[in-house]
Parts: sequence; C-alpha cells; structure tokens
Amino acid sequence: MNGTTNGQGPAVELAGVVKRFGDRSGTEVTAVDHIDLTVMDGEFFSLLGPSGCGKTTTLRMVAGLELPTAGSIRIHGEEMGLRPPNKRPVNTVFQSYALFPHMTVAANVGFGLEMRKVPASERKDLIDWAIDLVEMGSMAHRKPTQLSGGQQQRVALARALVNRPEVLLLDEPLGALDLKLRQQMQFELKNLQREVGITFVYVTHDQEEAVTMSDRIGVMHEGRLLQVDTPEAIYERPTTRFVADFIGQTNFLEATVASGEEVVLANGDRLRLSSDQPSGSSVAVTVRPERLTVHRRGEAPMDRHCVEGRVETVTYLGNAVVYGIGVDWMHLEVRCPATLAGDRRDVGDDVTVSFEPDHAAVVTG
Amino acid sequence: MSKGVAKSTAEPQGASRWLLRGHSAAVFAFFYAPIVVLCVFSFNDSNAVGNWNGFTLDWYSDLFANDNIQSSIWVSVKVCVVSTLISVVLGTAGALALERFRWWGQKAFDAVLYLPIIIPDVTMAVMMLVFFSETASWFDWIPGVNLQNGLEKLVFSHVAFNISFVSVVVRARLAILDASMEEAAADLYANRWQAFRRVTLPQIMPGVIGGALLAVTISLDDVVVSSFVSAVGGTPLSVYVFGMLRKGVTPLVNSVSVVMLAASMAFVMASLVISRATGSEREER
Amino acid sequence: MPVEAPPGDAPELEDTTEVATLGLEHQAERAKARQGFLLGLPTIVYLLIFFVAPLGFVVAYSFATRTSTGRTELRDFNLNAYARLGDDIIMTVAWRSLWMAVLATLICLVLAYPLAYFISTRSPAVRNMLLVAVMIPFWSNFLIRTYAWRVLLDSDGLVTQGLELLGLGDGRILFTSNAVILGLVYGYLPFMVLPLYAAIERVDWSLVEGARDLYASGWAAFRRVVWPLSRPGVIAGSMLVFVPSFGAYVTPAILGGNKEGLLGSYIVLQFLSARNGPVGSAVSVVVLGVMLVSTLIYFRAGGKNL
Repeated sequence: MNGTTNGQGPAVELAGVVKRFGDRSGTEVTAVDHIDLTVMDGEFFSLLGPSGCGKTTTLRMVAGLELPTAGSIRIHGEEMGLRPPNKRPVNTVFQSYALFPHMTVAANVGFGLEMRKVPASERKDLIDWAIDLVEMGSMAHRKPTQLSGGQQQRVALARALVNRPEVLLLDEPLGALDLKLRQQMQFELKNLQREVGITFVYVTHDQEEAVTMSDRIGVMHEGRLLQVDTPEAIYERPTTRFVADFIGQTNFLEATVASGEEVVLANGDRLRLSSDQPSGSSVAVTVRPERLTVHRRGEAPMDRHCVEGRVETVTYLGNAVVYGIGVDWMHLEVRCPATLAGDRRDVGDDVTVSFEPDHAAVVTG
Repeated sequence: MSKGVAKSTAEPQGASRWLLRGHSAAVFAFFYAPIVVLCVFSFNDSNAVGNWNGFTLDWYSDLFANDNIQSSIWVSVKVCVVSTLISVVLGTAGALALERFRWWGQKAFDAVLYLPIIIPDVTMAVMMLVFFSETASWFDWIPGVNLQNGLEKLVFSHVAFNISFVSVVVRARLAILDASMEEAAADLYANRWQAFRRVTLPQIMPGVIGGALLAVTISLDDVVVSSFVSAVGGTPLSVYVFGMLRKGVTPLVNSVSVVMLAASMAFVMASLVISRATGSEREER
Repeated sequence: MPVEAPPGDAPELEDTTEVATLGLEHQAERAKARQGFLLGLPTIVYLLIFFVAPLGFVVAYSFATRTSTGRTELRDFNLNAYARLGDDIIMTVAWRSLWMAVLATLICLVLAYPLAYFISTRSPAVRNMLLVAVMIPFWSNFLIRTYAWRVLLDSDGLVTQGLELLGLGDGRILFTSNAVILGLVYGYLPFMVLPLYAAIERVDWSLVEGARDLYASGWAAFRRVVWPLSRPGVIAGSMLVFVPSFGAYVTPAILGGNKEGLLGSYIVLQFLSARNGPVGSAVSVVVLGVMLVSTLIYFRAGGKNL
C-alpha cells in the first residue's frame, strides 16, 4: 500500500469533491462545490483565494480533518475514503502552528515518529536531521513558549517533514509573520521543497505569495476551482473576471463575442481575440496596466489597438507612474515606467492608449 | 487598573480617600478579628470563653487524646479522598464529553450538571436522606456496599455534588485550549487515547488539580448534607464539631477549630503555590 | 529514507474509484457522537441515580401521605403539604428568611463595594495580596468561622463586653436576629467581594477620564459611569449572598438558638423531630424554586457562567 514517491505520477487527486455543512435547523452551506484537481508529484502547488472560498476546507479534507460529503480523494492512487487523519500518509503545518507547549522542540518534532513506534535511536537521527533542516539546531531543548513566531513556524515545519509524508499540507503558515520575515520564509520554503522533493500543497489568500513560490496555482472562489495553471499563465491568460481581478491589477473592457476569432468592444471597435464562448455572449477583454502605453493624441503606432481618452489622474510612485485615463465609456489604468517630468502627460491632456491584442485575454463572468 | 489609566483618576481625592482606606481596613479587621480571637482563646486556661486566665496547651492535648475526634478526623479523610478521586474522574470525563463532542441530549446533561452547584445544601441533604431511606433495600443487593455504616452514603453524596464543581473548573481550562492541537496530534498519527494522554491531559492538568482541590475543600467543609446521611459513630469531623456546638461550648471546640482553620489555610496556600507553579509556563509567553 | 505510513483500515473501500456518496460523512460524525456519549455516560448515569432520582423522590414526598407514626408513604398523593404552606408558622419563618436574606445582602453590598473598589485601585502586586487575604476566610471552614462569632458574642464574650462598655445597653445579642444577620454577613461577605472586584476591575477607566474631561465631578463620574458598568458584579454578588442566606441552616443553628429559625432550620425540624416528610419536602421544593428563579434572573441580567 506504499504509494509511489518517485517520478511524475499524480500525488493528490480530487474528483467531484463536495463539502456541505448543515445544522439541524436546515440551513446548509456548500463550502466546496465539485472540485476536480490533480497535484503532480514533487510539485509546489498553491490553492489561492479570498477568505471563505473553501481552500482551507479542501486542504483539511485531504488531511482527513474533515470528510467530504461526496467525491473521492486519492493520494498516490490510493483512495482515502473515510480514513481518519492518523491513518493518512500526509502531514499538516497548521496556521496557528499547534505546537505542544508542554514538550520541548525535540519532543514536538519527534511526536509523529513516537506514535509510529519508530525505535528511539532511529528517532534521534531523524529528529536531528529535521531540526537541522530548518536551522533550529541550537533550540532543540527549548519549549515553544520560549520561541519567536518565526522559530515556532520552523519547528512546525520540521515536525511535519520528519515523518517523510507523501504530501505536505500547509495552511497559511506565514500569515502571522511580519512582512520581511514572511518574504524570507517564502524563499526558504521554496528551497526546502526543492531540496526535500516532497509534494507541497499550500493554502494562501496572498496572491503575491502564491505567484512567488508555486509551480502551479489553483484559484478558488465560493467553493469552486476557477483556474489551475502556472503563475505566468494565470497572470497573462486568466479565464475568468474573478481570476484576472484577484491577481494583480487589471483593466476590463466590456465586449461581445462576434465569432471564434473576433470580439466587439462596447464602443464598436473590433478586436482579433480568440475565445471559445458562443457568439453573442457577454465577455470582458482584460489588459494589465503595464501592457498599455500612453501616447500623445495621434501619435499611436498602427499595429496596436488604440483607444482615445483624457488623462484624469497622474500618480507618481517613484519607480512608475500610474495614469487614470477617462475613455468615454469607462476608466483605464495605465502603468508606465517613470519618465522625467517633461515627458509625462498631465491631467487634462488628450491622449491615445494602445495595446497589443496578444497581451489581452477574453474573460467570462 | 485596566487600560493602564493612572491610578490618580480612579482613586478619589481628599477626604473620600481616607474614608475609603479606613473602611477597607475596618472590613479586613472584621474578617480576621473573630479568627484571631478564636486562636487566642484556644490557649486560654479557663472554661469560660470571655476572660483571659493564663496560657495553656491543655485544650490541644485534650484534642489529641479525644478518641471521638480522632475517629471523626479519620472518617473525614477517608470520605474526602475517595469522593475526590471519583469526582475528578467522572467530572473530567463529563467535561471532555461536553466540550469536545456533540451528541444528542448534550444540552440536558449540561443543565443537570449545573444543578448541584446552585442547589441549597438543605435541599440536597433532604434529597439524599429521602433517597437512601427509600432505596436502602435495593442497595443491599449490591455486594460490598453496606449503607449501614454511613461511609458509603457520605461518599455517594459528596461525589454527587463535587462532580459538577470539578467539571466546571476543567471545562474552563478546556475551553481556552487550542483545539487544533488535538488535530495536530491526530495528523501526527496519534489515536484518540494517545492524543488525550499525551497532548490534552498535560494541558488540562492544572484544571484537574484545581478541581480536585476544590472538591477536597467542599467535602471537608460540608456540614448539612453530611449530618443527614452519616450514621452514628461514623460522622465526619465537621458534623462532630457541629454536634459539640449544639450541646454547649467548651474551649475544646476552640482548639479543634484552630486546628481545622490552620489546616484549611495551609491547604489554600499550597494550592496557590501549585497554581502559580503550573501557571508559570503560560506566563512566559 | 522513506518511512512506511501506517496500514490503513478502510474496510468500506473495495473499489478505488468514486467512493464517498452523499452523506457518507454523517456515518463518521455519528460514530464520533457515539464516542462522546459513551465518554459522558458514567457521569450521566451517576447523576441520574444520585441526584435526579433523589430530587424526584423529594418532589414525590411533597405530594405523599404522612402516617400517624410519622412515616411517609408514597400513596394517596395529595396537596396537603402544599396547603400547609400557608400556615402562619411557615409564613412567619419564610418571611423572616426573606427579610434577613435581603438585609444580609444589602449589608454585604455596602461593606463589599468600597472594599472591592479600594482593592482595584492598588498596584497589581498589592492587589493580589489583598485578594488572597480575602480568599483565605472564603476557603476556610464555614462552620468554624460562624462559631468564632459565637465565641465573641457569648454572654461574657468580647463583643458583649465591648458593647456594654460603649454604653450600647445590654450587649447580649447572641440568639437574636441581629446575631443571625451578623453571621450571614460574615459568612457570605467574600462571595460579594470577589464578583464585585471582578466587575470593577473590568471597567474601562478611559471612560471615567472621558467623563471627567466633560466636567463631571468625581462622585458624578462614579454614579453615572462606574456604578452602571459594575452592575453585573453587583447582581452576581447579590445572588451569591441571597441564595444561601435564604435557605441557611448552620448560621441560625449556631447563632440563633432555637428562636430565630430560618427556612433551612424549619426543613430540618420537619425531618428530624416533627417527622413530617411531606411538609419538609414541600418547603424544600419551594426553596429550590426560589433558587432557580434567582439563578434565571441572574442569567437574564447578563451574568456569565458561575
């Protein structure tokens, strides 16, 4: 029953997973609404979404801390079914770390090994290895209350990793740390994962964090999985309005699908953009602010799509300038590298905003 | 003061300030004066309780020579230890069942668990008296249980009200425990029993001990319930002293009282020290 | 160095494709609920036998028949005992219990409030010391503390002598209602101090500062800000003093002699000397009812768990 831990097989497979919570008075909440997902072996996979989207519930179902209302969860091909968490080959790093305050760091780390009746000498070696891995060697005899937040987080990590789980689950572990520490830990976590080679499933609401660390991201919203892709694909080619809006900043131009190759913007302009939506359906064209360029009226190049408007706001950010452009039917945000004051547009200027159709994407929702 | 406001705002100025201090001092004197007087007069070489007649230790030696008192002490200790052990086990189990699980009938159990705390001791005494007199014949069927000598009745009654006190203290402790710790234990391959023994129990231990100390105090202190259910010759100390008081006051009662007071004060001190020691772990955070 | 995960025991799983059907997790939930129930079962059973059943017997007794020999028999249920509750004797005792309990509560409040206030204005170290000083009598044997007053109030006791010296007439207050009230106040004063302290300590003093900033005098600030905010403590403390005082037995027995009996004494009398089980039970049920009503009032007024 030992799962395959080599190569390229799927590590975690969720098929049709549903989780409903209900109380006796009949009010029901669907926290997870039919999720199909495959996480590959050795991958750093993130579940990303706002609070309440169901990502933590999904993670807990993989861990066995919740049981699905419907659907199947497989770890390396093996169905988990109703198995309790202590019988699953996965370990979790909790958001609150959940370190046992009455045990030393070493005892905490060794707890899982003790429960599995690993002999004491072997246990000691494994504990030493794990503690060194997270660089907490000098703290082995301290108690959790004597550690800082960052140190506690490392111990929680070691405590999970020492058991060599087939999959490591992390529930927003960096949430309680301050910004600098968080960024440092992101870096370290990514390296750790590469070094150890274990599949990580990471839950977060911070899109920068997900984009920085992940091999692939699954964006969730209201219990549904909206898009699963590499960070770059999610950023450049979002498929839904929510995904486009949740990651970074973006602009939306309302449009209608004319055919499989063309969309019509609200102002009548036609754009060569492919989509798989049926003709006549309402969509939006999304373009990132940094993909738009501002020109003086009439100076726009011909191979880019152009829209005319007037500058409403100019915000200087040090390394960039953000223009708020009013176009007769909406508002666009354009981000340009900082230019000297003389080259900049001013409030009230008539300008042309241009972009390459290749840099745009059609989104639904 | 809360919120770190300077004391000067809260404390009254001028005449009120000294009025407040004087009042507080007077109340403390009110608290302790009778106790002090009692201690002093337990050394009084006289049968009367009012006038000082010289120092003596006679009343204490009488106390230690008095067989009735010795056997009452022995009854009190036996009943206290047994009933505390049972109450702690049943009270802790009840607390766990209420805080960590959800099952049908839970709310009713919760309510029943609170009743012994608020019930007046006279009512409780009457309840136990009536119950034992009505069911005496049924208990005879159980081997090893002999209601005649009263010890069993005392233990059964004390456990009946102490379960609730233990349970309240343990529940308070359970409620502030991070529930994800037990989840972490399960995630790390512990079954329910292992998770309880290695993770939950060490952390609720201060609560369990606190509950046990509370049960001991209440058991030793109890007068009314015990006097209704104890048999002749098998009365706990508090009941015996109560009987002595009704018959007439001799200074012997004074020395018994002082010893009892000293014991309970020592007890309070000990439990305070223990709770400081086990609580210090949390204070380091 | 891969370590084997422990063997799974998933007996329901034969095929490895879609397994969990709708509602299957309820099975697991029900299993967990069963575990919880079993855990609490011994305690439930114990309380059913040794608490609920006795209570039931007492209620039954209050409707039962008293034979001529003084035995109570559970037959021919009637309301005779409850009818007797209107008797002068019981009414007198009940009325005495009521006003004594109320008086004791008020006196405790007056004594305890300034003390609680004083303690909360001290530094944390001093505060803890003072609280311990209040707790020690609280944890000491109630009987002994009450007896100590018996010593002081005895015919040649210190208080008696002191009162005579002060010219307050015959100092003999032992075995009068004053002695009983004194005993009740002394016995239950700590029960008033501690909740009051807890409530006062919780008051947000920046509100008082705000009041002063808005031209309130010290006294007005107290009356309009501190007092209303400390009310939960007042209610809690009052309940904790009133309830035991109302049903008191030990205090009137030691300090009141045979004259100033309260309801507690009356109940004991019914069972031990008058041998009237039904009436004793009926009065007990009434006293219990008063307690329950008081507790409900306490919780309604926003009191937290005891």
